[in-house]
Amino acid sequence: MSGALLSVSNLQAWYGESHILHGVDFEIKRGELITLLGRNGAGRTTTLKAMLGLTGKRSGSIKIDGVEAVNLPTHKIARLGLGYCPEERGIFSSLSCEENLLLPPAVGEGGMSVDEIYAMFPNLKERRSSQGTRLSGGEQQMLAMARILRTGAKILLLDEITEGLAPVIVQTLGRVIRELKAKGLTIIMVEQNFRFAAPLADRHYVMEHGKIAAVVEKQDLAAKADMLHEYLGV
Amino acid sequence: MTEIFGIPIQALMGQLTIGLVNGCFYAMLSLGLAVIFGMLNVVNFAHGALYMVGAFFSWMLLNYAGVNYWFALILAPIGVAIVGVIIEKTMLRWLYQLDHLYGLLLTFGLALIIEGIFRHNYGSSGQPYELPDVFRGAFDLGFMFLPKYRAWVVVMSIVVCLATWYLIEKTKLGAYLRAGTENPKLVQAFGINVPLMVTLTYAFGVGLAGLAGVMAAPVYLVNPTMGSGIIIVVFAVVVIGGMGSILGSIVTGLALGLIEGLTKVVYPEASSTVVFIIMAIVLLIRPAGLFGREK
Repeated sequence: MSGALLSVSNLQAWYGESHILHGVDFEIKRGELITLLGRNGAGRTTTLKAMLGLTGKRSGSIKIDGVEAVNLPTHKIARLGLGYCPEERGIFSSLSCEENLLLPPAVGEGGMSVDEIYAMFPNLKERRSSQGTRLSGGEQQMLAMARILRTGAKILLLDEITEGLAPVIVQTLGRVIRELKAKGLTIIMVEQNFRFAAPLADRHYVMEHGKIAAVVEKQDLAAKADMLHEYLGV
Repeated sequence: MTEIFGIPIQALMGQLTIGLVNGCFYAMLSLGLAVIFGMLNVVNFAHGALYMVGAFFSWMLLNYAGVNYWFALILAPIGVAIVGVIIEKTMLRWLYQLDHLYGLLLTFGLALIIEGIFRHNYGSSGQPYELPDVFRGAFDLGFMFLPKYRAWVVVMSIVVCLATWYLIEKTKLGAYLRAGTENPKLVQAFGINVPLMVTLTYAFGVGLAGLAGVMAAPVYLVNPTMGSGIIIVVFAVVVIGGMGSILGSIVTGLALGLIEGLTKVVYPEASSTVVFIIMAIVLLIRPAGLFGREK
């Protein structure tokens, strides 16, 4: 595939002595949305963390808009235009909702304004002065996403954003992701909730044992349902 | 002569003033310790030694280079901050992944080495630092005379403490620091240079100690053991206030200085232990300290 905004090849990563990723390969073009699917322990979250330099030792190649990032420190990788929404949400308890929202610095141009974000997530406007961790689980998830939309990041890394949320919140997040995709943002989602991810993604990468085991294009989903069922148990 | 509970008011106010001045130094030193512990998770035992270095830098600037107090007030803390950058970059940063004990041992060793170097070169008798002319004399408050320099120390240290509190609690830079204290990896994943922030935080924390040293130089004799004498009390202040709590350090530092001063009048035998008695009581009732958060 040519013209990739992000290209990961033979990515290997370790936590201490444990070898977790054994050569991950995938690409994503500008404006695409892909998912990393797989069972727990397959290496999906570690792939996102390794891309950001949050694991221990790494090797292979991570090219972001043509820039090799595998040997860069985390903050320089982020400055290449990555926005990270971690699995545990990472809301800071010592900061208010609005301080959490305003915390990440700009990493690119064209980030959303605070007003646009409050229009997208009205709950956050109402809770702007509340301590970050006093927000409900759904509000914290919205905040974790909202704060990277402000930064102008061109690639969003979303890790299990629907985990533990009520169906109505999941629906809201689905709507927001459609809006972001329509705006041309490039999104990588790690997701357990296949029903949530399936209609949103252009392509699915199925991971097993720290590497990509299968690639399923959106139009092939029905034809490859049995294979996905086998990998994911869905 | 006016008395309160049988104590002459002049004696009471005199000791409270001395206590308040000591409390100002406790507050500035414990504030630096709290900032460092909050961000680096390092119990900086070298803090007292670096306070002494600040006092010596100002003495050296005056005696070797003719640099007066006002310039020393800026230059000496910067000098101490540079020493802090060297310590953090060459030694401390290798210990962040290890238990607190390693940082404590390293900084304790550094304190002994720094103190030893100054003791070897300057002896332990102490060097007088001449009071700037503008601070000679005292204000007559009616019920007591307040030495001008002590008034300056109180005002200056309260301004410095409040400015530091404002910086950390109310500014974007402070938000980075508070967030970095909770989850440094995530803050770095947002594009913030956390290793640089850690270095600058350590430099700022020890710079505060250096500033306290410059301010202490005209009050106490500048001597190599001045840091080791105060650091144990300052650690007690930090524990009582709550490890890493900015407001806790300021309030507790000032309050304990006053309590110490009051104890000198009421029951002098307990004046050097009262802080530790309070620490023991606070630890029994609120193990996280008065302003600390339970983890």
